[in-house]
Amino acid sequence: MREFTDGSTATVRGALAAGCTFFAGYPITPASPILMAMMRELPKVGGVAIQAEDELAAIGMCIGASMAGGRAMTATSGPGISLYSENIGLAIMGEVPLVIVDVQRLGPSTGGATTVGQGDVQFVRWGTAGGYPIIALAPSSIPECYSLTMKAFDLAERFRCPVFLVTDKELNMTMNTVDLDQYQDVSVRDRKTQEAKDIGEETFTPYRYHPVYGVPPMAHFGDDMIVRFTGSTHDERALISKDPPTVDALNRHLAAKIEHQREEIELVTADLQLGAKTLLVSYGVTARAMREAAILARGQSKKVSLLTVHSLWPVPQTAMKSALKGVERVVVAELNLGQYRREVERIAHGREIVGLNRVDGELISPDQFLEVI
Amino acid sequence: MRSAPISITPLETYRNQSPYPFCPGCGHGFILDHLNQALVNLQLDPRGVVIVSDIGCVGLSDQYFATSAFHGLHGRSTTYATGIKLMRPDLKVIVVMGDGGTGIGGTHLINAARRNIGITVLVFNNFNFGMTGGQHSVTAPTGALTPTTLAGNLERPLDICATVAANGASYVYRGTSFDKDLPEHIAEAIQNQGFSLLDIWELCTAYYVPNNQFSRRALMDTLERLAFPTGLIHRQEAPEYAAAYRRLYAEVLGKPTLSPQSIEPIFENALDHPLNLVVAGSAGGKVRSAVRLIGRAALLSGLRATQRDDYPITIKSGHSVSELVLSPNEINYTGIDRPDVLLILTQDGYQKVAHYLPLMTRDDQLFVLPPFAGVETRAQVTVIDPSLSPRRVPRTGVTLVIVSAVIKQLAAFPPQALEEAARMGRKQFQEENLKAIAAGLAWADQKETTHLQGAL
Repeated sequence: MREFTDGSTATVRGALAAGCTFFAGYPITPASPILMAMMRELPKVGGVAIQAEDELAAIGMCIGASMAGGRAMTATSGPGISLYSENIGLAIMGEVPLVIVDVQRLGPSTGGATTVGQGDVQFVRWGTAGGYPIIALAPSSIPECYSLTMKAFDLAERFRCPVFLVTDKELNMTMNTVDLDQYQDVSVRDRKTQEAKDIGEETFTPYRYHPVYGVPPMAHFGDDMIVRFTGSTHDERALISKDPPTVDALNRHLAAKIEHQREEIELVTADLQLGAKTLLVSYGVTARAMREAAILARGQSKKVSLLTVHSLWPVPQTAMKSALKGVERVVVAELNLGQYRREVERIAHGREIVGLNRVDGELISPDQFLEVI
Repeated sequence: MRSAPISITPLETYRNQSPYPFCPGCGHGFILDHLNQALVNLQLDPRGVVIVSDIGCVGLSDQYFATSAFHGLHGRSTTYATGIKLMRPDLKVIVVMGDGGTGIGGTHLINAARRNIGITVLVFNNFNFGMTGGQHSVTAPTGALTPTTLAGNLERPLDICATVAANGASYVYRGTSFDKDLPEHIAEAIQNQGFSLLDIWELCTAYYVPNNQFSRRALMDTLERLAFPTGLIHRQEAPEYAAAYRRLYAEVLGKPTLSPQSIEPIFENALDHPLNLVVAGSAGGKVRSAVRLIGRAALLSGLRATQRDDYPITIKSGHSVSELVLSPNEINYTGIDRPDVLLILTQDGYQKVAHYLPLMTRDDQLFVLPPFAGVETRAQVTVIDPSLSPRRVPRTGVTLVIVSAVIKQLAAFPPQALEEAARMGRKQFQEENLKAIAAGLAWADQKETTHLQGAL
């Protein structure tokens, strides 16, 4: 059983399967198909979808809805992420579960609205003031658009933080043939919550810094306790604080809850060939051409290993180190001028590291991979 | 409330024990006391009241209340409040913001009013940025002296009330922090189902008062000079957004959501290798939908297909190019480096795909309309002249007619698959598409179509 479909449809189906109940977005190519489908589908499951007046409002509404118990998602492209920036920081600081889809398009500024690019990879990592760890997942196929959207919800709920799903124009809008049995459901954990009857308090303590990596349980607005939320540096009661030990505990907690548990998040598809001296590393739509090239190369008895990165952030360093064993040369392929190569270089230093890059709005072809294998 | 195991009413205050942090004489404390009195009058469950604040001195306010609270970014409080209200229409959501937040978040205020979302906005309006040095805000009167209007403010003050009243707010009030009846008006606003805004003028004793020798009297004079009305300015009955949304969509609730549209192979195919086909036409020429149909027909024939579209951001002008890969095997690469088959239908399309022509070989096929008969290429060229079609070619279906004729000639899968694919499409287009396909297939059977075939 097969279907003819695109990544936006798979992402929307993944969101619905993950129990998404709130969506707010603003029209932008090439992410608009997600907005339109969510506007159509969410009311059917009793959820709410709204087209906001701008991107700042879109993510703002999502943050408010998430704190009121919604499972929220928004979708945009690079220029929209620019406008999300400040609120991404708020979601990190206030520990808000939220899925943000970035359907990448080419270039800085308006760039190429209908053109593929992978130039937001470092932007999603460092796209807000203050500099805190972020989770970003990258599907490389239509079935992965489905499963990694579910995974993004799972991680957002698990770690009480915004999680990016980083796709691109090509994945989101190009029609593909998909075998239905390739769609894999991911179990989505519910955020931990507490009620007054459990803890015997009228006022909830929304943040916890001990242990430093702990993910605090939530209570929602309208539940049975008084609930506070803040984007300012705060104590565990969400009261503004500048007390150095408190602020230190807060900031270390925000980093540690992801960094200390990164092995729970790191995700790759490794296709390693014994004796291969070359490792190809890629992600997103580019990883598909990489797979095609490997089939062709291996058909000519050339040995090559592949690593498709699914958790762009945190960098899957354990899997990468293991994939590097016996490898002399690493090729990092991406539709930008080497943004993820920096990350690979940190881990693969000492080996020859080659970038395969395109920024002309076209895909890297299997032939281009074959030239460097 | 979901449950109420703890009895907390009647409440004498919604304030906590902490004293306000504001400067002596600052209006914020007076207004917050009025808000507290309004809550006491209403005896709302404090767990169901969410005070949403943003940035500036007034942004500190939520900490002094024993209600739920959200402290967010400058000017965006209205957006968080909207999200909370949309998710939980039963909650009383109260935004407290300054005139600074009104300026930077003005569009959110206008749009919240336009939607008539059921939140209450209290603007603590003291004409300047009291937290950052007394700079002028969007409500600073013309001539106001501030560190950023050293020779007097050149701009005119924003009439917040008129703005939201003109755009759908259902309760609009202007007053001052000195108004004795403010608690009643705040309570009225909270009880209003739709969007309520209170523009409350007050004194900033740190900056605006000393910089302008301002006073309560001067504040009243300014109101009069500007002829800004006070009191209850505007009230109208209108559907509240969160409730209206639920009513509007009640009938789709429970309907099945998106599910895979499985396409079963019911025809044979004759492809043992991938085939790259590019159709280059103009926007509005139904290029994408014609190619979508071929893709579905390929799946009906047991093949795999990918369709990659290229078009400018304009919708009904410019090029429209669809790239289709057909293969008996899984397709990992959706790009096309060199088409096996290229159709050029219009000048827009020609310009977009001309770069393919030098790459094409004698084994490749190029189908062009008469204006492009002379293009330089090594590919086999077939000139298609719609005027030679045995059946009249409908103008809107010309792309599908030509594509159908070409598909018939390529014989990768039976033409019946195209017809079946057309029947899978939206009903309103089925008849039109089937006609176009029939015209294309009939045409392909005529020898005239191929009389120009051969390498030029």
